Amino acid sequence: MTDTRQVTEPSEPVIEASGLHFRAGASHILRGVDLTVRQGEVVALLGANGSGKSTLVRALVGIKAPSEGTVRLLGEPLGAGRRGAGVDWSRVGYVPQRAGAGGGIPSTAQEVVASGLLHGRRLRLPRGWRDQVERALEQVGLADRVRDPVHLLSGGQQQRILIARALVREPDLLVLDEPVAGVDVASQEAFAATMERLVGGGLTVLVVLHELGELEPLVSRAVVLRHGKVVHDGAPPRARQDHDRVGHHHQHPHADDNGGRMAPDVAETRALDLEVRP
Amino acid sequence: MIMLMLTDPFMQRALIAALLVGVTAPVVGTYLVQRKLSLLGDGIGHVALTGVALGWLVGAGMGLTPNDALAIPGAVVAAVVGAVLIEVVRRRGRTSGDLALAIMFYGGIAGGVLLIGIAGGSSGNLMQYLFGSISTVSDGDLWLTVVLSLVVLAVGVGLRHALFSVSHDEEFAIASGLPVWALNIIVAVVSALTVTVAMRVVGLLLVSALMIVPVAVAQQVTHAFGRTMLTACVVGVVVCVTGLSITYWYNVSPGATIVVLAIGVYAVVSLVAPLLIRRRPAHDPHPDLPDDVDLPAAATERAAAAAKECR
Repeated sequence: MTDTRQVTEPSEPVIEASGLHFRAGASHILRGVDLTVRQGEVVALLGANGSGKSTLVRALVGIKAPSEGTVRLLGEPLGAGRRGAGVDWSRVGYVPQRAGAGGGIPSTAQEVVASGLLHGRRLRLPRGWRDQVERALEQVGLADRVRDPVHLLSGGQQQRILIARALVREPDLLVLDEPVAGVDVASQEAFAATMERLVGGGLTVLVVLHELGELEPLVSRAVVLRHGKVVHDGAPPRARQDHDRVGHHHQHPHADDNGGRMAPDVAETRALDLEVRP
Repeated sequence: MIMLMLTDPFMQRALIAALLVGVTAPVVGTYLVQRKLSLLGDGIGHVALTGVALGWLVGAGMGLTPNDALAIPGAVVAAVVGAVLIEVVRRRGRTSGDLALAIMFYGGIAGGVLLIGIAGGSSGNLMQYLFGSISTVSDGDLWLTVVLSLVVLAVGVGLRHALFSVSHDEEFAIASGLPVWALNIIVAVVSALTVTVAMRVVGLLLVSALMIVPVAVAQQVTHAFGRTMLTACVVGVVVCVTGLSITYWYNVSPGATIVVLAIGVYAVVSLVAPLLIRRRPAHDPHPDLPDDVDLPAAATERAAAAAKECR
């Protein structure tokens, strides 16, 4: 666990979003979001379904152009003139929420992960790309699946392929959109271990989560989004008190642990509660 | 017999054209299938018909002697404009790509028939473009075909990794800072060039078949993008050259023969492939991981037995 990067104090912001608004037709999805992620931080972006988490991260990596507000990625503005032309994209890795349709032609894990080696103005694969791809697949525990078609892998394995695709360029900043949704405990633990190793190496992470889950020990700060606004920015919130009520389905693997760190201040816990009540 | 065919200068030109189309069309087709725009080639083909008529009209206005001298350049221009337009519509997202294609289909045919009439021709003049007329390929046409094919191949093969990335997951490509807009336009332009290259061989109405059917054949036998493209090219060349050769001895339409042959290959391969490729996975498809439930001892034993069966 060697820290190869010099963490300067105060560390430079790698993501800076200010006054972000996003409108889609009549719905106002982001309503004035400010978010700063500094080098070396592991920031969890929490919130219920439909709170605007995915829209926010998609705006931060340039997929969605915000209706108002500015985004700076690695110090360079996004969206002005030639979109993100100044950004050093080799330092950014993005993991989308789902594998998506993935195109009409089956592709192998190697082909999909190799596409992560292309960024910015680099339109051709570098020398030794096969080794790089293999190393990335090793990091997510799928080294033996190099030649397997991705569409025949399970959902959790496909999610890991997408993580490998982001890791293959050895980014300094990793932006993940619900990387462990629907993934079993063993895979979540493996993912947390990989993240721990990378964060130890100086990786900055912004991760959209439903629950902190296995990543809890790593998360240095949490931002909670509600109704398109940041309602909390600071220490990771504790899990809900009435977590184990009847009919509640959650992906947290150790429900029993919650009792141990029950919040003394119930009101505060409820305020930070990650669920939307009817 | 074959020597006789190969020494015929008409046939030589036709064979070279067929060979080039057989390689280029599936290269482009692979990207179109990948981005689920299989019918884009058809849309471009229809618009190219308007271009043919427009070239005819301009040629007539300028008093050029073969009145279709500008038909192919007209088709190239119209196809490129149409393809770029579809990409713009798709990007703006107001109309779905599907709907935009449909409008192109109708507009292309109607515009072609309308303009050819104004130019003093009849819709009969459009037939050779709709269904191909490979025997009338001139030296000039052949050179244009060679140059356009080389452009298509250079782009389609040289930029294959970038084009794969954009076609596979456009949002990830954007989040990687790739020039997605430019790459999409490149695919559109290359598709348009391929349509005009293939126009003389199989005709505008059947162009798309040469782009898509070889890819459909390849998909039956391979599960990798790169190999799909390669296999599709081989299939494309084989059906184009074979189909054309058949028409040397039998008086049938070359375009139709090639397409029927391609579909025949597809039918045969889809019947035979499952028998030849034994679906034996290299390893147990179920990873040997514990799940989130505590099992009683009997169930654990059964799980171990099940794991053994899969090995």
